[in-house]
Amino acid sequence: MSWVLIALLVVPLVGALVVAFLRKDDKKAKLVALAFSLVELVLAVLLWTAYDPGGSRLQLETKVDWIPAFGVQLAFGIDGIALVMIAVIALLIPLVIGAGWTEKLPAGRSQGGYLALILVQESVTVAVFAATDVFLFYVLFEVMLIPMYFLIGGYGGARRQYAAVKFFLYSFLGGLIMLASAIGAYAMASDELGKGTFDWATLVTVVRDADPTTQTWLFLGFFLAFAIKAPLVPFHTWLPDAAAEAPIGVTVIVVGILDKVGTFGMLRYLLPMFPEASKNLAPYILVLAVAGVLYGSLLATGQRDMKRFLAYVSIAHFGFIALGIFAFTSQAGVGSVSYMLNHSISTGMLILVIGMVIARGGSSQISDYGGMSKVAPLLAGMLLISGLTTLSLPGTNSFVSEFLVLIGSFPTQPVATILATVGMVLAALYVLWLYQRMMTGPLRGDALVAAAAGPGAVGDPEKKTAIGDLTKREIAVLAPLVVIVLALGFYPQPVLDVITPTVGATLTEVGVTDPVSVQEGK
Amino acid sequence: MNLLVAQAQQIEAPEIHYGAIAPVLIVLGAACISVLLEALLPKHQRWAVQLVLSLLTLVGATGALILYAVSERPEQGVATLAGTVAVDSPSLFLWATLLVLAFGSVLLIADRSVEPGGAFVAQAAIRPGTIQDRAQATKTGMQTEVFPLTLFALGGMMTFVASNDLLTMFIALEVMSLPLYLLCGLARRRRLLSQEAAVKYFLLGAFASAFFLYGVALLYGYAGSVKLSSIAAAAAGTDRSDTLLFAGFGLLVVGLLFKAAVGPFHAWTPDVYQGAPTPVTAFMAACTKVAAFGGILRVITVAFENTQWEWRGVLYGVAVVSMVIGAVLGLTQTDVKRMIAYSSVAHAGFLLIGSIALVPDGEGVSATMFYLLAYGFTTIAAFGIVSLVRNSDGEATHLSQWAGLAKRSPIVAGVFTFLLLALAGIPLTSGFIGKFVVFSAAIEAGLTPLVVIALVASAVAAFFYLRVIVLMYFSDPAPDGPTVSVPGAFTTIAITLGAVVTLVLGLWPTFVLDWAGTGTFLS
Repeated sequence: MSWVLIALLVVPLVGALVVAFLRKDDKKAKLVALAFSLVELVLAVLLWTAYDPGGSRLQLETKVDWIPAFGVQLAFGIDGIALVMIAVIALLIPLVIGAGWTEKLPAGRSQGGYLALILVQESVTVAVFAATDVFLFYVLFEVMLIPMYFLIGGYGGARRQYAAVKFFLYSFLGGLIMLASAIGAYAMASDELGKGTFDWATLVTVVRDADPTTQTWLFLGFFLAFAIKAPLVPFHTWLPDAAAEAPIGVTVIVVGILDKVGTFGMLRYLLPMFPEASKNLAPYILVLAVAGVLYGSLLATGQRDMKRFLAYVSIAHFGFIALGIFAFTSQAGVGSVSYMLNHSISTGMLILVIGMVIARGGSSQISDYGGMSKVAPLLAGMLLISGLTTLSLPGTNSFVSEFLVLIGSFPTQPVATILATVGMVLAALYVLWLYQRMMTGPLRGDALVAAAAGPGAVGDPEKKTAIGDLTKREIAVLAPLVVIVLALGFYPQPVLDVITPTVGATLTEVGVTDPVSVQEGK
Repeated sequence: MNLLVAQAQQIEAPEIHYGAIAPVLIVLGAACISVLLEALLPKHQRWAVQLVLSLLTLVGATGALILYAVSERPEQGVATLAGTVAVDSPSLFLWATLLVLAFGSVLLIADRSVEPGGAFVAQAAIRPGTIQDRAQATKTGMQTEVFPLTLFALGGMMTFVASNDLLTMFIALEVMSLPLYLLCGLARRRRLLSQEAAVKYFLLGAFASAFFLYGVALLYGYAGSVKLSSIAAAAAGTDRSDTLLFAGFGLLVVGLLFKAAVGPFHAWTPDVYQGAPTPVTAFMAACTKVAAFGGILRVITVAFENTQWEWRGVLYGVAVVSMVIGAVLGLTQTDVKRMIAYSSVAHAGFLLIGSIALVPDGEGVSATMFYLLAYGFTTIAAFGIVSLVRNSDGEATHLSQWAGLAKRSPIVAGVFTFLLLALAGIPLTSGFIGKFVVFSAAIEAGLTPLVVIALVASAVAAFFYLRVIVLMYFSDPAPDGPTVSVPGAFTTIAITLGAVVTLVLGLWPTFVLDWAGTGTFLS
């Protein structure tokens, strides 16, 4: 069944090629792109069924020599974590395409070019999660930046050039430092084995026994790349700019998917390859994680721009994920991985809903909206649902993961956990306050009133308006997300079953066992 | 009289491996014929004949090289001409690199479709700014001396990378430099800038040659020989004056670093790159870099490997300075050619890292040679593109004029973007593989801090490459902006060659890497 994984890499690329030739015909381009992304989704479902949770550490592997001189291979394979991430990419891309169906692109830009870049981005991102060769992972990690650079820079808002370059340089620098560490690991392998290799499984066995100083340096190289990508405070400053300037669909990809490469990298590379350094440095990383939770939450509360608000919400959530990863208990680990999935779904939904709001009001300033529930009750309801799952209301998917992270982290890291719990309270504050300002009360705000009054009309805000409620297309985009949010909120077991063995294996590689209280709790 | 004859009989003529040095002989011989043709042929026939001769020479020399490499090459290489020229595997690799890069450069030099009549002045003696000068700018003739000059320079470069003693190296240095000084002053447009470049390059180059020669003299005083291997032997465990050795080494290296445009000996680079005719800039940027680093590699590896712990710190510092100067000053440039010049200074720093990574299995040498090859192709293609973007005054090299280029010429902008990404070292381009091999050799040689500095410098340098991409794609074109000329066959071939090699070496570098690593210097 390993062909499924290869197909997942190839199908979007083929799609991109086809779509790129349809730059003249926007409608056809959209249909073709949607078709390819749906095929990808079907393949992802097949991949899910082909994966055996009880099986070996890496599954569905394919390996082909690429640069034999350095032992570099084109090697792909998945574990439970990669599977979950690939699945969520395949789920979100069709929704992004659907949500952007009527979006206006900047003058002179065609849907064909835009969608081709999105499909390339999908393929490369799937490949990043599927790579099992460290060199290949680095290559894809950097190549991943190029389509995104053009997506932000070519199709974004007013300060798009600044945001695109900032995004690129931050990640590129992080990646280069990671490359130095990867070469260091390679040099160790060639000393020890007589022949250098970048194969992940082999490198893990070589590097994990390195002396603590070397391990710490190599760890820091990888960590910087992942901390920028995730992003952890204080490496986060590119994200608000990128999220604010990108078109809404691209924001979904940046915030919902690309960021996960950072936390995925921590689980796949940092912990197994550098167990000692991970344990030694965990206290410092936890400080960053908790700082991220509090800082992100506070700044989210204070944002005036909805897209920047989304970025800070994500920074807070990534604090939780990092907390769960570096607490070193199986519950917290499982919580973190399911958080990665649920953050993509919840935040993805929140971004899409906010995109629909912006499409109506033509502004991303919160102060430009008010009382929208009167004219668009369904939209308001959707914002509420996505907001509630963002603040981890019980019964929604995010609750399960946030709760697992906190309850799993408490036995080993009580102080950090207690501080992070404050973040849950702040989440209620920023989400509900956002909803209150935008949806309740009398209809207000320049953009909204102007749009509501329709062209040329003056005044009566209560009049039946030009702003419509959700269209059928928009309902079709959001409905699957609502179903998933509730389904995973009540019955998360299928996902947890896939994740748990991989997290367990990762923790075994680190060499930690759960504290007694957690084991009894099972 | 009898005595003289008797003495003459005692001097044995040195054995010459004609097969081994055939590529150099072909190039230099053709250069001489080319000069004769220049004198004998009528003006209107010269261009075509010279072009055909030059291209045939390059193909022939490459053929001779391949023939020798596959048939009769001894494993260890061979020293010929009384041990003054060493033909070993690095020599052959660098020769092949030089020949192929020169092929691309000659194509750019020969192009007459982009600029009617070619990029070279019709009569070099005309004073700039006069009526005659304006008249010559629109004439279709050009100084066809360009071709023999290029061949001479190439012959010098090839001898330079293979010279096994310092005097031969000095002669080769002059043979490759003097034609380059002249070539720089031959631009058809912006004659003053071009002549300024030539004079600057000549004066500074003359200083550098003097440094080099002074270094040779001191080293001769130290070792009693100018042979690289004798210097190595003398340096191994004697009680001679270290002052002579290291003063000599220092001066020698200054001369070499100047040619390689390594900071802080780079001051000529931006002015000369900007002022010289773009095809010549491409030739210099690609081939001179290869030759200079080929020489540095040989001198360091053969003559000074044993004393590396004494001098390594100095070149360490030079590499850092070069990378920082290239990356930081590159940020402030507003001219495409000057920007690429500073980028070449940064690249010279990376190359120097590879050159001082003396690991026993010669990985540093092969990594540096791969980098040179990759960088050369990317640079030639990049300058080829620069020559296409023009307005009524000639090339439009100011960055602001490149705004919105992608809207009007998506293919040119796309190829240039790819080349810039290669210069920045983004994966899937040869630039990345080059950096990767150099940095892994350096880490193996214990230069990890230097590699970290280099990585940060790469990230800084990436900013100015990105700035050009931003300009081309995300800015609106100026209404009176330049147009992109449709390139003729020659320029198209040169650009395609460079871009394709950049891509292929980024995806499948194994073949060239293996080839670069086949053997070490003959010592």
